[in-house]
Order: sequence, then C-alpha cells, then structure tokens
Amino acid sequence: MYIIGKSVYRKEAVDKVTGEAIYTNDIQSPGMLHARMLLSPYAHARIISINTEKAWKIPGVRAILAGERFPLTGEEIRDRPPIAVDKVRYFGETVALVVADNPVQAKRASELIEVVYEPLPVVNSPTEAMQANAPLVHENIESYEKVERVNPEPNTNIANRTKIRKGNIQKGWSESDVTVEGTVSFSPSDHAAMETRCSIAEIRQDGYVVITTSSQAPFMVKKLINLYFGIDTGKVIVNTPLVGGGYGGKAAVQLEILAFLASRAVGGKKVKLFNTREEDLVTSPCHIGLDAKIKLGCTRNGYLKAAEILYLFDGGAYSDKAVDVSRAGAVDCTGPYHIENVWCDSLCIYTNHPYASPFRGFSHSELLFAFERTMDMLAQKLGLDPLELRRKNAILPGHTTPTQVRLNTSNLGNLPACIDRLKEIMKWEEGQRSIQPDGLIRAKGICCIWKTSTIDTDSSSGVILTFNPDGSVNLISGVVEIGTGTKTILAQILSERLKMPIELIHVRMKVNTQTTPEHWKTVASRGTYMAGRAVLEAAEDAVEQIKKVAACVLHGAVSDLEVAGGRVFLKDEPSTGIELKDVVYGYTYPNGNTIGGQVIGRGTYTLRRMTYLDPQTGEGRPGPEWTVGAQGVEVEFNKRDFTYKIIRAVSVIDIGKVINEKAAQGQVMGAMAMGLCFGGRESFVFDEQGRVLNAQFRTYRPLRYGENPEYVVSFVETPQIDAPYGARGVGEHGLIGMPAALGNALSIAAEVNLNQLPLIPELIWRAKKGNQHALI
Amino acid sequence: MLSFDFDYHAPSTLKEAVSIYQILERQGKQPLFYGGGTEVLTLGRLNLVYSDALIDIKNIPECRVQMLTDKHLVLGAALTLTALTERNLFPLLSKTARGVADHTARNKITLGGNICGEIFYREAVLPFLLTDSYAVIAGNEIRTVSFDEVFNQFLQLGKGEFLVQLITNRNDLRLPQFHIKRRKQWNIGYPLVTVASIKKAGTVRIAISGLCPFPFRSKKLEEALNNNDISIESRINEAIQHVPSPILHDVEGSDEYRIFVLKNTLQDVLESYQGGES
Amino acid sequence: MKTSSSPFREVSLHVNGEIKPVLIKPSDTLLYILRVKLGLTGSKPGCLNGDCGACTVNVDGMAMKSCLMFAIEAPGKRIITIEGLKGTPIQHAFIKEFAFQCGYCTSGFIMNCYSLVENYPDANDELITEMLESNICRCTGYQEIENAVKSVLSSNKNLEK
Ligand SMILES: Cc1cc2nc3c(=O)[nH]c(=O)nc-3n(C[C@H](O)[C@H](O)[C@H](O)COP(=O)(O)OP(=O)(O)OC[C@H]3O[C@@H](n4cnc5c(N)ncnc54)[C@H](O)[C@@H]3O)c2cc1C
Ligand code: FES
Ligand code: FES
Repeated sequence: MYIIGKSVYRKEAVDKVTGEAIYTNDIQSPGMLHARMLLSPYAHARIISINTEKAWKIPGVRAILAGERFPLTGEEIRDRPPIAVDKVRYFGETVALVVADNPVQAKRASELIEVVYEPLPVVNSPTEAMQANAPLVHENIESYEKVERVNPEPNTNIANRTKIRKGNIQKGWSESDVTVEGTVSFSPSDHAAMETRCSIAEIRQDGYVVITTSSQAPFMVKKLINLYFGIDTGKVIVNTPLVGGGYGGKAAVQLEILAFLASRAVGGKKVKLFNTREEDLVTSPCHIGLDAKIKLGCTRNGYLKAAEILYLFDGGAYSDKAVDVSRAGAVDCTGPYHIENVWCDSLCIYTNHPYASPFRGFSHSELLFAFERTMDMLAQKLGLDPLELRRKNAILPGHTTPTQVRLNTSNLGNLPACIDRLKEIMKWEEGQRSIQPDGLIRAKGICCIWKTSTIDTDSSSGVILTFNPDGSVNLISGVVEIGTGTKTILAQILSERLKMPIELIHVRMKVNTQTTPEHWKTVASRGTYMAGRAVLEAAEDAVEQIKKVAACVLHGAVSDLEVAGGRVFLKDEPSTGIELKDVVYGYTYPNGNTIGGQVIGRGTYTLRRMTYLDPQTGEGRPGPEWTVGAQGVEVEFNKRDFTYKIIRAVSVIDIGKVINEKAAQGQVMGAMAMGLCFGGRESFVFDEQGRVLNAQFRTYRPLRYGENPEYVVSFVETPQIDAPYGARGVGEHGLIGMPAALGNALSIAAEVNLNQLPLIPELIWRAKKGNQHALI
Repeated sequence: MLSFDFDYHAPSTLKEAVSIYQILERQGKQPLFYGGGTEVLTLGRLNLVYSDALIDIKNIPECRVQMLTDKHLVLGAALTLTALTERNLFPLLSKTARGVADHTARNKITLGGNICGEIFYREAVLPFLLTDSYAVIAGNEIRTVSFDEVFNQFLQLGKGEFLVQLITNRNDLRLPQFHIKRRKQWNIGYPLVTVASIKKAGTVRIAISGLCPFPFRSKKLEEALNNNDISIESRINEAIQHVPSPILHDVEGSDEYRIFVLKNTLQDVLESYQGGES
Repeated sequence: MKTSSSPFREVSLHVNGEIKPVLIKPSDTLLYILRVKLGLTGSKPGCLNGDCGACTVNVDGMAMKSCLMFAIEAPGKRIITIEGLKGTPIQHAFIKEFAFQCGYCTSGFIMNCYSLVENYPDANDELITEMLESNICRCTGYQEIENAVKSVLSSNKNLEK
C-alpha cells in the first residue's frame, strides 16, 4: 500500500494548534445582531400569559418572538413548535427569543420577559409514560403531520413502535431450558461537545437564506428550511466551518430554525444565536434515556433460543430523531448473536424530559447495556464463563439478523476473532475476579458489540476533485470535519488511488451547500465508506479525463496509460509520459494549440438495496454492513465504600482495514472515553418536577485528564468488499460496549446486579442495600 | 457575560477601600468587595449575585502578605489559592486548598473570596476553624477577632467590612493533620464530604464541609470522637448524632449516602491517628 | 467619588507582545474582549463558568481561564493567547501525538500545557495531572495529550543535560 495504514497528520492540524481554526461562533461581522432565548423553568406547564413590555424597554432590542404560532417542526413527526406555544413540555424549552444589537442587551431583555405558567403533572420516565393514567405530553398526536412510516398511538405517549417478529418465540421458549429476565434503566444525558451549538442566519434582499451553523447535517438544514418555510432549496445556502465535536448532537436541526426566525423578524439582518453551556445541555437535544426489559432463553448448554425484548426509549418532549433512534434499537435489538426466535417491541416514548437527538452509536450503547447485562445474568445462572457464552452464540456469516438480513463474510466482521483477541489481551485465563493484597477487588467485565447504520435508504455522498495548474488536487466533499478526521482519510484514499503525495492533495474543510456536493449527514460512521466510495469514483473520472488528453499527446490508447506519482505514462514503458501539471489544465502544444481543459473529477455514491422495515415483522435491509467487536473493562473496586477505579479498557474491533492507524486508535479511544462517561458518571439528575438539576459542567462531569484508564485498542481486519480498501465504519464502535462492560465488571466486583446507569458509588451502595430507588 | 454593569474601583490602601465603600453606599449603590471575582462572575451570570460597584482588594498590600512572624502566620485575603499552596506555609491549608476547583481556577480564586463566598463548601475555612486563628477585618476600624467566634456558618462581617488577613498560631501549623475530600465519582469537583482534622494535645479536632450547606466544626461531635473508652465504631455512631441540620441532599448525593460517606471518612481519620502520624 | 455615566473605559492591554488600546466595560470578561474586540478567537468559550478550560490563556506567566477574569483587571499584565505562540514545541507535539480531534479544546489545552512546561520543567505525574485536570477534552482519551506533554518535558530535560 502506498499510504493506506499510515498515520498521516490531520489536514487541518496546523490551524487547530495555532488558534486559526474557525468555528461558527468565531465568525463575527459589524452589524450582526444577537439572539438570546428565554427558557422554561418547568418541565410541563400551561403558558397562561407572556408579557414583553419591560423587555422592550432595554435599548438595542430589535425583536421579541414569543407566543407566536410558527410551523411545527420535527423530522418524522411535526410535533415541535420552534418556540413554545400554549404549553411547555420540558425544562429548558425555548419560550421566547429576543434579538438585540449585542448579546448583553439580548440577555438582559430576555430576563425581563414575564411568563405566567400553570404547572401540569409531569411524565418523568418512559415507564411512567406508559401507565394507564399517565398525563399526555401531546394531547393530539394524531393531528400532527408525519412521514408515512411512523405511527403515533393516539391518546398515549407512544410516538412510534417498531416490531421485530423473527422465527417463532413460543418455539424458542419451548426449546429453552434456562431463562433469565433483566430490567434496565437510565435517564437521558448529553453529548456535551466542547463547542456549544451556534447558528447565524441572514435573509438577503434577493431572497436567499444564508445560514452558517455548527452542524453535522448542513444539507438537512437546507431541506428542512425548505420544508418548514417554503423557501426554494436552491435559495437556502448553508455554511458549516469546522465543528467542535458533534457525536450525533449536532445532527438535529434546531438553532438554525430559531436563527432563521430571528432574522426574519428583523427584516433579514444577520442574527447569531449561540448556546450557553446550560442551554446546550438541556435546551438543545440530548442523549436518549431508556427503560428496558429483556428475557432470554437458552438450552442447558448455553445456546440462545429466544429473546423477548421491550425497549422504551425516552424520546423526551418531542420525537424529532428519537423515532429513528428507537427504530435502530429494534434493528440490532439482540446484540451480535445468532438467535432464531426474536420478539421485540422498540418504542419511542414522549416524556417531559429534554428531547433526544442521535448519540454516537445511535441506540446501540443503550440497547447493548440492556442486552449484555442480561447476557451476564444468564451466564451466571448457567454457571458458564460469560465470554464462552458469547463465543458459543456469536453471530456468523450465514446467520440472519433480527430484521432477517442474511449475513456473509463481507457484510459482517469476524466476531469470534475479536473475542479470542480480547481474551488474550485481558488475560482472561487469570480469572475474572480477584482480591488484591490491599483488599481491593479486581474484576473484569466484557461485552460484545455490533452495529449497522440505519440511514435513509436514498442517502448519498458526492465528491468533486478539481486540479490546480501545478498538478495538485483539491478535494471537495460534503462531509463535515467534526473531529473524526474523515477529510484526512478521504485525502489518503485519494492519495492511494492516484499514487500522489498527500501534500499535493488540498482538502476543503468548510462545507457550503451551494458549492459542495452533498454528503447526507456526517453521522453513523458512514463518512469513510460513502464519501470514500465517491472519492474513488471521482478519481476514476479524473483519471479517465487525464488519460484521454494524454492519449492524444502520447499517441497511445487510453487503456495503455496509467496515472501515478504525478505523471501519466505508458504502462509498459513508464519512462514515456508527461507530468500531470502539463495535462490537468489541458495540454498545450508548442504551437499554442490546446486540447482538454481543467480536469474536474466527480463522483457520487448511494447506498444500494436498502429497504424499509416491514411494519409487522421488521423484516428489511436497514444498513449495509455490521461492524463487530468485543470490549472489556477492568476495575479496582473498594468493598467498603463502593468506590472504584477503571484500570483498563479494551476494544477489539473488526475495522475491515485500517486507513490511518493513529487516527483510528484516537477515534476508538475517544469513543471509549465517552462510553465510560455515559456508563460511569454522566446523567441528567431530575427532580420530581422533571427539572434538570445539573445543567453545568460544575455538576455534570465528563472525564478529565488523569481520570482516564489505560486504553488498549486492537484491530481485526476482515475487509468489507465494497468499501474503500475494505474499511468498515468505526467512529462509534469504541463507545457502544463500554457501559455494558463496565456494568458487568462492577456487578462481578460488587456481587450484585447493577442494571442502572450511571454506575456511581452511591448506586452500588443502594444496590447492595437492596434499595434500587433513584437518587432523588 | 453579566446582565448588569458596575463601576470598578481598585483602592491601594485599607482606608481607601473602606471609604470608597461608604461613599458608594451613600450614593445609593450596592458596592461589593471582591478578590478573585470567580464567584461574582459565575453567580453573576445567573443573576444570583448583583452589584453595581465592585471594589477590588487585590492591590492593597495588607491583603497580599504571606509571612511568618515569630508567633504567627499571616495570610492576606487576596492571596490566590495557588500562591498559598506553592509556598506551603500551612500544609493543612495547602491540602484543603488543592481540593478546591482546579489548578487554573485556583490561580484566580482567593483565600478571602473562598471564605466569604456564597458557595456551600468554602473549604478553605476548615483549617482556620481547627486552629488557633484570627481574622483581621477592616471597616470603620480594623479589628482582629478569633476565627472561631466570627465564623458561624458564614463569616460574620458587618456592612462595609471586609476580610483583610487570617492569622494563625505558628504552633498549630504542623500538628498531626488529615484532609480527605470525597466526591461523587470524580477526582476534582465539589465534595460529597470534606473532612479536615488536626490532633492537638491528644485531642482530635474535625471540621467538615459538603455535608451541610455550610462548613462547620462541632464541639459535641468532637467530644464523641474523642471518647476513647468506646470503640471507633461506637464513637462515630455517637458523633453523627451531632451533625447539624440540614444535611445536603442534592445532585452530588443523597443525605443518607453522605452520612455513609462521612462515617467511612471519620473512620479513616481516627484510624490514621491511631496508626501514629499522618 | 466620581462615577461616570458611560460604562466604557479606554484601557491598554498587553497582548502577545503588543500594546492594544481597547474600549471595555468593567463587566466584560477578558475572554470577551480578546475574542470580540481584539479578534483573537483562538480562545474558546466552552462554559463561561470556569469549568472547562477552553478559554485558557497565560497571564503574567500563569494559566488563566479568561472567562473568570474581568478585562478591567488585565491592564499592566502580560497576556499571551494561543495566537501568541509561534511554533512552540508543545504545538508540534500536539500534532505529532494526535492530541486533538475536533480542536475546540485545543487552544486552551495547549495554553495550559505551555504554562506547565514553562513553569514546571520538572513536573512529575502528580503535578501534570493536577494542572491538566483543569481542562476538558471531549474527543480524545487524554492518553494522546499525556504523550504530547511528556514528550516536550522530556526533550527539554534532554536539552539541559
Ligand atoms: C471551576 C470551579 C470549581 C469550584 N469548586 C469548588 C470546590 O470544590 N470547593 C469550594 O469550596 N469552592 C469551589 N469553587 C467556588 C469557589 O470557591 C468560588 O468561586 C471562590 O471561592 C470565590 O473566590 P474568589 O476569590 O474568586 O471570590 P470573589 O468572587 O472575589 O468573591 C466571592 C464573594 O466573597 C466576597 N469577598 C471576596 N473577598 C472578600 C474579602 N476579602 N472580604 C469580604 N468579602 C469578600 C465577595 O463580595 C463575594 O460575595 C469553585 C469555583 C470554580 C470556578
Ligand atoms: S469557557 Fe472559561 S472555563 Fe469554560
Ligand atoms: S479535541 Fe475535541 S474537545 Fe478536545
């Protein structure tokens, strides 16, 4: 390989260490106005009145938006007013928006808006939401516009239900000798990207809407502004500079709509809306919560026969992307095992919690915590080694997924190989639990992972390559650089294909939906695969053009030529050729005649043969491939005070092919860190009124330097045949098994089943006391 | 970002500071002395603190001294927590201060600001509750008062007064001592319970933050802990009867759990003294 | 006591080796002035509450969270922002060790690391942790940042020898 596998530095590295990297909020211009939100202090309340009189008295105030009925928004069900009307449905919901000359004026004015509320009973968990007498978060869900495949159930809090009916569950139970049932729950939490969301909107005199936004989905912003406000898609231009972390949280479209409304209210002037940290945590969409019930049945020897699963996803007050998350939860509901009889209902539930957006792993870390905890409980009941139980049931080519996709060696990674490698790294033969000389307990927990990406069936990605007069190439793709380094990976793929030094590939970092070809959304670990395929196609296109011109010059056939090392030459006689710089802008003969012109390569890739799920059985092909892996966590646990330290965290992932070693390691380590945060420390703490009590980093605490364990990352390489150089998606996979592995390790250590998150010492203390009640 | 504007004054003498305050007050303002400003900023942005005239005490030389005299250690209220820990003249204070916030924030947070702040924890108070210490307070006059007396849940300052210095008996600086901060799950951040302790003349002294909405030292609690006739466990069970109320019950942890953590921590303290030095 | 009616004051700030006259209000944070008035947007707002370290700069040789400092306190002090570092070893080390992904925490992290290597060339693990736990990075696993800092500390030590 020419450059695949090498740890190439990020293309935007220098900008990022010099402070020159520009993010949305760094953009400022004279005359730009500033918007500020007023937030709901209640999780559920009727809005009786809003008085803006005092707020208007603040100098510099240009507009106040409150109580007005704007088009309802939401990606599958249009249930969300951009600014609350009639009632508020979650703590932190936007109740008003003030536009002023500067941010201080806007803040000051927002604080002077007087709102009278009448508190309503609160739905504080999905389980509560399902109770017969539960208050309704939305009274008339049937009246909302929606896409076809979603089915809100009238007079309930159910936004959607996805059913999996594979095999015959009764048969499964009758074949089972041993059964186990696990109940699992955790509250919503947050992505907590370091860059809080920011959007700037302007409506130009010529009718063009220009939005600059920290988003993972600028092309979606364009479509939704069209859908909600009827602006021609061609007249919506969305810019996305570098994004300071997304993790799914910036795949939802929210501030863009507010910034647009704010701009419209002030005659189209440029308005910036920048989230405070508090707003970014609760007002903007968060990480979904879950209540789950899993029942597993297996033979005496530990072969799984039946899985009956109920997932109640806490979509929060508005369904937006949560419906899709809950659907994805059904698709891979079992974890990576061969089970012939599967019954699963995965529900998206309305509650009075902040609403959910995708979170790195898109439902998988959540469902795997539920499923893999139950697997450990089953292993315990069987008296079987938990790793052995998993290896026995590991999904293999020839098996089918819960949605009945037949797997093969390309669309599925090698799980047994991952399990074996994990076993080695974790020194499994030394035992799962031991007491150290100092009395501390060492325990290891493991879990297996899988994930496909349930993305829209018509998702596509485009790439344009333009050449410079010096023979170098500009790579233009709609992938947003959110930190994953995907654009550098794309450059590597191109460098490999053209056998051209990476320094000669110039990557355009910014996305502009008018000049950048579309990449559906920068989510789902699909950047490398889809945009990578588009890069290869664009390279092919460019190479064809180069060869055509060169064929004339060199008096040969196109098929005789090859492009590599900055030249195009005869395959059988490499010394005969010309430099790219002499053809990529057309070739000029000594007499001035010129043939050809600037070479512009284009490529687009659309996922093939994706289908919707059958509404009754869930049968369908939701994603292109399944990345698998095995993960482990080793903890040191103090029996006296229930504190613990994570010593090591291990990921073995079948990545298909490593394109950039250090970048891949970094992605996986970072994902593991986030998974451990979700599993071990991060969660919104709600009071009985559904208010979030910890909406600051002072009390909502991501991992810090020195709190991290040692990370061990190891890759298995089973190429996915149709992917660029065989590479599989890997941006999320490091995360998805961590909560389960941590839960399994601590359950072993503390000798009690720990089925809630986050796994803080107080939770373990409560579990040991036999009191599983929530904190507050 | 604050919603309110204020005038800024940076007096260079104690007298000037006091008189600026009085003048501002007469003008109908709401002046506030401040040190690091971290609390003014963080609570101010949530409108939990308000002032239209800040008086910065950092330029007053008396507020910045850090020196040992024959008998005493004198610490200026405007010293940053980092300045204290780097010189390390009072090890228990260094340890306690190092538990507050994080290193960069401690480059800004001042001793006086931590002691006089609104935040429940005010951990820098603990070492002064335990030792023979005095507060130097400037107002119409400059008074020096026993810390123990002037601190009752809050530092009892009159209107227009501010904390200038803390003075601690040199003999108390290097007694056997112990500091432990227990948090919910992390290495830095707010406490569930912070316990600071010294052993003086054979008697264990304990001051606690994080348990109640204020730092405290309780004589009764100490008496129970020093009852060497009974087992450590019984002493602790007796001691927790004397914890003042209310016990915090919040995002860091429940009241019940805090008591559990406190018990363990007290046990650690007592055992460490039994094992000799700390 | 004279209290002017306009909240604005003209002051001079010493930033990255230059004297900059600037109009500020006492209630402005240093971060706000650096970003909005001086266009130095390398320092980032991550929480505006002293919790995350994204806004870290160097004031008189020490790491400082610029959201925790009033700009009015800054005259007479030497301020260095990320824009003031030019090709320092710690910047190179961050690139070499892949010590960032999205880059949003990076300016603040580098400024904190810069203070660390400048002030404590002999820092041990405990001190490194004590200093670096002031910042949050959401993307990396910190192992990469640890490698970057340690590579600079050890190469400085080798130079001294
Ligand atoms: C990231 C972070 C984490 C934190 N974690 C902790 C923690 O774990 N434990 C803890 O105890 N604290 C913690 N704090 C809170 C911190 O203690 C306060 O912000 C700090 O103590 C205030 O100190 P300051 O010098 O900045 O005070 P300032 O903001 O200057 O003042 C605070 C208050 O005290 C008054 N005041 C200040 N100096 C004087 C004086 N000399 N005389 C009279 N009144 C005065 C002011 O009027 C004001 O009301 C944390 C703060 C931050 C930013
Ligand atoms: S923005 Fe200053 S610490 Fe977060
Ligand atoms: S690199 Fe993204 S937060 Fe640190």
